[in-house]
Amino acid sequence: MHPPEPRRPQPWPIRLAHWANVPLLAILAGSGLQILVAYPRMGTRGRPIALYPFQDAVPPSWLRLGDWLAGARSWHFAFGWFLALNGFVYVLYLALSGEWRRRLFLPRRDTRDAVATLAYYLRLRPAPAQTGLYNGLQRLAYTATLLMGALSVLSGLAIYKPVQLQWLTALFGGYDPARFVHLLLLALFAFFTVGHVVLVALHPRTFGEMITGGRKPDAP
Amino acid sequence: MPPERVLTRRRVLLGAAALATSACDSQRPRAGFLGVMDRFNERAQSALFHPGRLAREEPVEQLTPPGDFPQYFISETVPLAPAGWTLDVGGLVARPRAFTLEELQRLPRTDYRIRHHCVEGWSAVASWHGVAIRDLAQAVGADTRAGFVEFRSFDQGYYSSWDAPSALHPQTVLAYGMNGAPLIPGHGAPLRLYSGVKLGYKMVKYLTTVRFLPEATGGTWEDRGYEWFAGV
Repeated sequence: MHPPEPRRPQPWPIRLAHWANVPLLAILAGSGLQILVAYPRMGTRGRPIALYPFQDAVPPSWLRLGDWLAGARSWHFAFGWFLALNGFVYVLYLALSGEWRRRLFLPRRDTRDAVATLAYYLRLRPAPAQTGLYNGLQRLAYTATLLMGALSVLSGLAIYKPVQLQWLTALFGGYDPARFVHLLLLALFAFFTVGHVVLVALHPRTFGEMITGGRKPDAP
Repeated sequence: MPPERVLTRRRVLLGAAALATSACDSQRPRAGFLGVMDRFNERAQSALFHPGRLAREEPVEQLTPPGDFPQYFISETVPLAPAGWTLDVGGLVARPRAFTLEELQRLPRTDYRIRHHCVEGWSAVASWHGVAIRDLAQAVGADTRAGFVEFRSFDQGYYSSWDAPSALHPQTVLAYGMNGAPLIPGHGAPLRLYSGVKLGYKMVKYLTTVRFLPEATGGTWEDRGYEWFAGV
């Protein structure tokens, strides 16, 4: 057995997929919010979901894209393909390159470190010793976004084709629950993005690496 | 760096931005890049459509409270059928003719309770009964290879055209009744289109004519930029 070849922190396929996500997520989120405006309520007609606190709340116009319902649907269905394709290529690259080992959350390996890192952020414990590119909490977060992306595509298809893909719609509990899940995932993506940008601002070196790829660690 | 180079780069950027905005014009989604993707999505949707796949029958507990089922029309007030109303059926048919409501009710009857999917994002459940387009097509000897069916109404000329496979789907009906009662004016009396396989704006209310055609025409909302296929 020979030691693994030293790799740059951020290989170019990772950087390309990462930055492609920025305009694509913005387009999908903006056009999705414009679509929501046509019926900003959750639940079937006459039976709003009781627990949803934002019934009839209209998102502000500066967050929206597409001018009107038909325009927003055109944007959403045009660029949804590219976001899904980008995610698919990214996962394929993770699998084939072996990058999944340093980026994905493996419960047996990473749980303890994820908990310790969270405790550190909450000022409860000292920083755990970081091993490798990412700590357990980062791996958990990045793996969660992949699952969220997959669920976004699936819940989107469930409300796009509730008859032709009715088995999929049924998995979400029906059309209106699937629509709710689709919106909930947007909220989770927004939450992740804010946290992601704050942490990058606190660790500026990672921003440079995500542009240049960073330096290979010195060979042993 | 020589100034010409900066100028060129700026011009290229401006040009690209102008191209991108004209290619993605929300007011004209049939043009440019959005139009290309619209046509791609139309092909994807019709490939996904299965003529034998039925919309799920909903249990009676799922019925939307009748007052909560929206009543949509484009006229200022509820459109009312003219005296002596009939439905004209024509185009590529062997026996074009006008039907009274009683004559339509003598054709085979289809009943179902399914979910309505509006383009706006809401859903609602009602039961509907009427005559399936495929039974009507048989009654007039329609050439179903014609490919398209157009529906027109007396609601200020509201209309829509359909691909034949969706129109001939077993759950696409000319409905004269809702929730076990005759159709009321607010829901399209005396006759409206109803279907399990399209978005609501394709389901023309206040019908006056059905025509089997060799080519697609547009539709009231489709002409304003809504997608034409609009399957669910």
